[in-house]
Amino acid sequence: MSVGIVMLVHTALGRAVQVARHWARAGCPIVIHVDKKVPTQAFEAFREQLIDDPLIRFSKRHRCEWGSWGLVAATQDACELMLAANKDVRHVYLASGSCLPLRPVEELKDYLASRSNVDFIESATTADVPWTVGGLDEERFTMWFPFSWRNQRYLFDKFVEFQRRLGLERRIPDGITPHMGSQWWCLTRQTLSAILQDPRRPKYDRYFKSVWIPDESYFQTLARLYSTNIESRSLTLSKFDFQGKPHIFYDDHLKLLRRSDCFVARKIWPHAERLYDAFLGDRTGEANRMEPNPGKIDRIFAKAVERRTRGRAGLYMQSRWPNYGWENGVSAGKYSVFQGFAELFTEFEPWLSRATGVQVHGHIFAPDRAHFAGGQRVLNGALSDNAALRDYNPRSFLTNLIWNTRGERQCFQYGPHDNPKINWHFARDPNAQISVISGAWAVPLFKSNRDFADLRTEAAALQKIEARMLDELRHPDAKAQTRIWTMAEFIEAPMEPLQLLIDEIGQKPSRRLAEAPRLEDLTGFGQFLQNLKNQGMHPHLMGDFPVEPAPRHGQRPARKPYLVKK
Amino acid sequence: MGVWQSYRLRLQRRRWRIRAFRKRRDLRAIANRTDQIKPSDILVVSTARNEGVRLPYFLNYYREMGVDHFLIVDNDSTDGSLDYLAKQPDVSVWTTRASYKRARFGVDWMNWLQMKYGHDHWCLVVDPDELFLYPFCDTRPIRALTDWLDASSIKSFGAMLLDMYPKGRIDSEPYLPGRNPLDIAAWFDAGNYTISKNPKYGNLWIQGGPRARMFFTDEPERAPALNKIPLVKWNRRYAYHSSTHTLLPRGLNLVYDEWGGEKASGVLLHTKFLDTFSHKAQEELERRQHYGGSKEYLAYASGLKENPDLWCKWSEKYINWRQLEILGLMSKGNWA
Repeated sequence: MSVGIVMLVHTALGRAVQVARHWARAGCPIVIHVDKKVPTQAFEAFREQLIDDPLIRFSKRHRCEWGSWGLVAATQDACELMLAANKDVRHVYLASGSCLPLRPVEELKDYLASRSNVDFIESATTADVPWTVGGLDEERFTMWFPFSWRNQRYLFDKFVEFQRRLGLERRIPDGITPHMGSQWWCLTRQTLSAILQDPRRPKYDRYFKSVWIPDESYFQTLARLYSTNIESRSLTLSKFDFQGKPHIFYDDHLKLLRRSDCFVARKIWPHAERLYDAFLGDRTGEANRMEPNPGKIDRIFAKAVERRTRGRAGLYMQSRWPNYGWENGVSAGKYSVFQGFAELFTEFEPWLSRATGVQVHGHIFAPDRAHFAGGQRVLNGALSDNAALRDYNPRSFLTNLIWNTRGERQCFQYGPHDNPKINWHFARDPNAQISVISGAWAVPLFKSNRDFADLRTEAAALQKIEARMLDELRHPDAKAQTRIWTMAEFIEAPMEPLQLLIDEIGQKPSRRLAEAPRLEDLTGFGQFLQNLKNQGMHPHLMGDFPVEPAPRHGQRPARKPYLVKK
Repeated sequence: MGVWQSYRLRLQRRRWRIRAFRKRRDLRAIANRTDQIKPSDILVVSTARNEGVRLPYFLNYYREMGVDHFLIVDNDSTDGSLDYLAKQPDVSVWTTRASYKRARFGVDWMNWLQMKYGHDHWCLVVDPDELFLYPFCDTRPIRALTDWLDASSIKSFGAMLLDMYPKGRIDSEPYLPGRNPLDIAAWFDAGNYTISKNPKYGNLWIQGGPRARMFFTDEPERAPALNKIPLVKWNRRYAYHSSTHTLLPRGLNLVYDEWGGEKASGVLLHTKFLDTFSHKAQEELERRQHYGGSKEYLAYASGLKENPDLWCKWSEKYINWRQLEILGLMSKGNWA
C-alpha cells in the first residue's frame, strides 16, 4: 500500500528536483510531467539529475497552456504510467512542481492508509460555487472555447458573446453532471483507473477538450461517476485570490504553514529558502496526527482579498482613490456637525464635551483657521489648522481628520460663515450626524455692536448661504442623518432635541442630562428680526419669532412658587 | 479619453524618447559594467550630485533588498562621489557637467539609461536620499515583490514620498557616511496629505506633509508633489514624463484602485532633512537648477531661518512598514 505522486512541472525545476527527491526518499513512486514549453536542454539537465532514482519516471510531455486541455492530457498520461508501473500504489496524489509537502510523508501515507477507499477531490456543481473567474460558470460547459484566454483575450470574449447572442449550446454527454473544484486531488487506484479505462473515455475527452479550464472539471466530474466515497476537499492547501491566481507562500509564512497541519501547500515562491529548508529537511521526531486545519491561512488570505476589493472605509491614499459613489464609506467613522448651536448657547462646546466625553471642535471650516478643540494648532496626524492648506482641498481635510481620529468620535461646529464647499460632503456621508438650528447665525449679529446697514447686508448674505446649505442637506441623494429645526422651533423646547442628539453620540451611558447649556439672552431678538424686515430684508430661516414678548425660555425663568426652600 | 488626446500623448511620449536619445550625449561613462546585467536582474537608476556622504548607506540598503545593479548619473559632483561610485563592483556610473534643468531635472538621462539598459527589467528609480519600502520588505526581498507583480500582470508600482525629519533643529545632529539616516530623521506626518486626480495623465497628485505644513501655507498649490511611481517593469517604449511622478503611456499611472479597493503600494522614505540640507538648499538656490525656478528651495531657505524645527506634537516616529500600512500611507493590497 503506498501513495504515488504525479508531479506537473513547468518552472523552478531546481525546486522540483528537491521536492521529487524528498518524496522518493520516503519511498513514494513518482511520475513527473514536464511542460513541453520547457526547452529541451533544460529538460534534459533536469532529467539527468533525477534519472538515477528508480522510483522516478518521466511521462510523455504535453504543451500546457493555462486553462487548456494539455494539463488534463498530461495528467492522464502520467497517471496511466503511474498505475501501470507501480502495482502497489493505492492512492495517486496530483501535485505541482511548486507544491511543498508540509508534513512528513509517513504521515500522509498513514493518513491515506486508514482511508483506503476515500477519494480526496474537491468537486461541486457549478451552481454552488462562487469562485469562477470571468463570469463563466455554467457556460464553461456549454460553450466552445477555441481561443486562448491568456493570449487571445479579444477573440475569446467576442466568441463567448457571439455564442451567447445566438444562444448556441453544446450538449453535455449523457450521464455526467459537470462538477468543478481544485485541480489538486488525491484519487484511489480504483476510481482513477475507472476514469482512465472507461470505454466512453474518447467521448468524454472530446467533450472536455473544448470545455474551458478542463483541469478543474475533468476529474472532478468523472470521479462522481465511479467513486464510492468522495471527500470533497483537497489535501493540498491552495488559496486563490480575486483574479483566480494562487496566493504564494514566502519565508514569513513558515509558522502559519506549520500550524496549518496540511499535507501539501501550493504555491511556494521558488526563492523561499527557509520554507524549503524547514519542510524538506530532517523532520524525524515530529509527531503530528492532526487533521489538516487551514482555517487561519484561509482568514489571512480572505482578508487580503477583501483589502484589495473593498479596502478600508474612509481611507484615501496613493493606491485607493475611489470614484465618486464607490467609496465604500465616505469617511472612516461617525461624526457630528452642529450648525447654529454655538451661536444660540453660550459655552456650547465645553458643555457638549462634558455631556458626551468626546472631542468637540469649534468651527473647523472657519475663514481664519480651523478651530480645533482646546485651541490646538495641529491635530492628530499633524493636520494643520492653516486655512489656506485646508481650503486648498477641504474634502481631504475632512476625510483626513476623521481617518486620523478613527475610533474617537469627532464633533464640530459649522455654519454659513464657513467654507461652504464641504457641505455636500457631509450631506452625502452616512457617517455624518448633522443638526442644524436654522437662522441661529442671526444671534451673533443681534449681539454685535455694528451699523445696522452692515448687519442687514450680512444677514442677507448669510441667509442665502444657509438656505443653499439646507437645500443640499435635503437633496434626495443626501445620506447623512440630518435634523433641521428653525430657531423658533428649537427654543420652544431645547432639551428634548439635545437629549436625543447626545444619546445618539452615545459615548456615555444614556441618562437624563444633568446640566443644560445656557441659552443666549434673546430679549429683543424678535424686535431685531422685525427691524431687518422693516429694512426690506426678510429673515425666514429662524421661523416665526414673535416681536414681543421675549421667548419663554429666556434668561430669567419664573421662579416656581411651590418650591420649598430649606 | 478621445482618440485625439490619446494621439497627442503618444506624440509627447515619442518626443520625450527622442529627447532622451539626444541627451545621451551629455553622459560620459566612467565605469560601464552593464555587461554584468543578467536578464532577470533588478536595477536601481539614480542621479546624484554631491551626495557622497549618503552613498555608502544608499548602496547597501538596496543591495540588501536584493537589487542587482546600479545605474547612476553623477551630475558634476565635487565631493569625490564619482571615484567612490566607479570603485563599486555593481555600479555603472556616468558623469555629466550638463545642465540638470535642461535634462528636464534628470528625467532625460534616466529615460535614456532605462531605454538602453532597462528594457524588460524591473527598474527602481530613486534618489540617494530616498529609501524604498514595500509590504513585507523586512521579510521578503524585492524579487518576491517583482515576481508577484509579474504573476499579477502589474507593470508599475506606486510609492508615495514620505518626508522624514528629525526632532529639533535639522542641523543639530551631523550625518556621517554609512549611518542610517532614519536614526536622525525618524519622524513623519501621518495624516495631512491632500489628493486630487490629474485627468490628463490619470495619475494622482498628492501634496502635504511637513513641507506643505511649514513652507507652503501661503501657496499650498505650489507644495511639492509626493506621488511617485518608482518601480516599473521597463519597456524601451516607456518614458517618465515629469520626474517619477508621471509615466507614459498613461496606463502605467493607474497604480490606485478606483472602485473602493486598495492596490498594493509602497513608500519612499525621503531623508532630505538632515544637517546636510541647509547647505544644500543654499547651494541649490544659487544654482537655480530645480523645478519651478527653485521656488521650493526659496521657500525652504526663508522657512528654515525662521523656524528650523519641522517636528510637532503629532509627528509620528517611524517604526516599520507595518506601521505605515496601519496608518494608511501604504497598502498590502491582496499580497499576503
